[in-house]
Amino acid sequence: MPTHAPLDLDDHCITARFIQDVPYFALASGEIHRLDHGHHMSEQHDGLLCATPAQDDKTLISAGEDGKVMSLDKDGTSSELANIGHKWITALAAGPQQSVGFASGRKAHIRLKNGTIREFEEERSIEGLAFAPKGMRVAFARYNGVSLHWVNNQTAPVNLVWDGAHIDVTFSPDGRFVVTSMQENALHGWKIDGKSSDDTRHMRMSGYPAKVKSMSWSAKGKWLASSGAPAAIVWPFSGKDGPMGKAPLELGTRGDTMVTCVDCHPTEDVVAIGYADGMIIAARFEDSKEALLRRGGNSAITSMHWNKDGRLLAFGSESGECGVIDIAG
Amino acid sequence: MNIQTPAPIPVTVLTGYLGAGKTTLLNRILTGDHGKKYAVIVNEFGEIGIDNDLIVESDEEIYEMNNGCVCCTVRGDLIRVVQGLTRRAGRFDAIIVETTGLADPVPVAQTFFMDDDVRTKTQLDAVIALVDAKHLPLRLKDSPEAEDQIAFADVVLINKSDLVSAEELSAIETTVRKINPSANIHRTERSSVDLDKILDRGAFDLARAIETDPHFLDQGEAEHGHPDHECGPGCDHHHHDHDHDHAHHHHDHDHDHDHEHHHHGDDKLSADKHDTSVKSISLRAGQLDPNKFFPWIQKTTQMDGPNILRLKGIIALNDDDDRYVVQGIHMIIEGDHNRPWKENEPRESRIVFIGRDLDAERLERTFKACEA
Repeated sequence: MPTHAPLDLDDHCITARFIQDVPYFALASGEIHRLDHGHHMSEQHDGLLCATPAQDDKTLISAGEDGKVMSLDKDGTSSELANIGHKWITALAAGPQQSVGFASGRKAHIRLKNGTIREFEEERSIEGLAFAPKGMRVAFARYNGVSLHWVNNQTAPVNLVWDGAHIDVTFSPDGRFVVTSMQENALHGWKIDGKSSDDTRHMRMSGYPAKVKSMSWSAKGKWLASSGAPAAIVWPFSGKDGPMGKAPLELGTRGDTMVTCVDCHPTEDVVAIGYADGMIIAARFEDSKEALLRRGGNSAITSMHWNKDGRLLAFGSESGECGVIDIAG
Repeated sequence: MNIQTPAPIPVTVLTGYLGAGKTTLLNRILTGDHGKKYAVIVNEFGEIGIDNDLIVESDEEIYEMNNGCVCCTVRGDLIRVVQGLTRRAGRFDAIIVETTGLADPVPVAQTFFMDDDVRTKTQLDAVIALVDAKHLPLRLKDSPEAEDQIAFADVVLINKSDLVSAEELSAIETTVRKINPSANIHRTERSSVDLDKILDRGAFDLARAIETDPHFLDQGEAEHGHPDHECGPGCDHHHHDHDHDHAHHHHDHDHDHDHEHHHHGDDKLSADKHDTSVKSISLRAGQLDPNKFFPWIQKTTQMDGPNILRLKGIIALNDDDDRYVVQGIHMIIEGDHNRPWKENEPRESRIVFIGRDLDAERLERTFKACEA
């Protein structure tokens, strides 16, 4: 039976992550809490909007209402990576070679390791931002599609077109697919390996009763799990055309609540599923078998992440009930 | 286990042409002695000379929903900012959205109905339109947005009322009333208004608006008995619009009021006034058959949705002891039971459509056909 170490904080949890196996909880107030031989807290922002681990797994990078991008390492050392004044930074991603991408309104900035900042401007607001798994390439989700830019190149961006408002974006781990979540309760995918004809490039994944706010690629990128329905909706991406013409798995279906958060296990084909009532389960793709990890709580699960070896799961909720679940007990 | 559902945060939307006095009003709200804290979403920090960490700048970002309906638009920037604000909701009591002079109020309002996250955390309290008394006639001539803002508002502040004559002012008020018969109108100088009259009004909450204003939806005809009703040469047009409603009133009123307005040489004003392309259509019927009314309102909003800016109604349903209130923006409609009919209240149904190119004859005929 899994054991469960609760950490009750008083504020909306934006991100629960591990940095070198230390659980970090970034809250909307701007506080970041971490559990490393005791409970530590750093005030990183006046209002935190997004947070993500650096690719080298040494720091948690965060951005906020104060226009700052900050990093916080395991020792509690905090540094300011960028400051764009009083503008909300609403999208953030960590890139290769210690780069960081962040966006505010119609401008995106990519900060390189040496502190150089490259600026990109789109005609519409940049709602989501992701780095490609290979090369210094970024995707910006925006109205009517996605722009793909090479960071160090002045070449024109690739414009992936699909009508509607795209609010977040992710690359498949093998770099063959770009998937966005949309304002109109759907996912949209593009195949970008350049081998297919035009008519197989688009993937429409619709039918969600709610907006998809959480997406997670499974180990080796064979599946993409998503929230936004009474079950975790898991699309197959192992075939050459992704999920086209295939039905998704529906895992952990409940009749009385919605899935608000998903995170795939780092090695097994298993997904942690968080619900609007605070329940967390783990479900296996192969046989849909479920294991209860948390009975429920006061509010929706907003963030969940496995640690590297997939034994611990950190989670946070809308009302600040956070914690770490040890599945081995 | 209890899921906490905090009370929705009221949102006030402030519209008005450049120079109408929005910034002045905003400053009054932010510095007022009301013990409340407001988060304000603005397009540019601009002249708001107040140091307040709850003022958020956002780029107006209109998103058309990819569902084949051209009027299903939302403001993407508001979704983002409102979500951020509501995560730390303890910091403030209400949200004010200031729009640019040319902004279309419709996507702003629809955001609070069409986005589930925003809808569960907030409640649209009122849309306030500020108009500049001096420049309104000109504005109505050169920009449809000015007209839309009035048509869409729950509260209209006729500002800079000290800069025009009493006659001009009442002409302006009549114009506003004609575009939007259901709005609460206040005359103001330098945007000075009792904040209780504009904030936390629940004006968008139709049930509450009806309770606080018993004559809500009566204005359509009260207009003709209203002391401010402007009659004169231009009135022929006006009466035309309403001929089918109350033809029998016209002549009396024409003569009653003629002397008040005729001789001020307001020809220009009168002419401008009738440039308005937004019309309101007030309909009345007896008790309605729900099996006819609901399909009718669905079909009407499907068909005429793009032309309907607002609709508001109080409906007497057959065999139903509660009043049914309905309101809509374009194709979005919301309805609910309100309170039991009072004994002395006539059980009749009233509905107002505010919009462009609406077929009054058809609306009236089909509405009437819903009678039980």
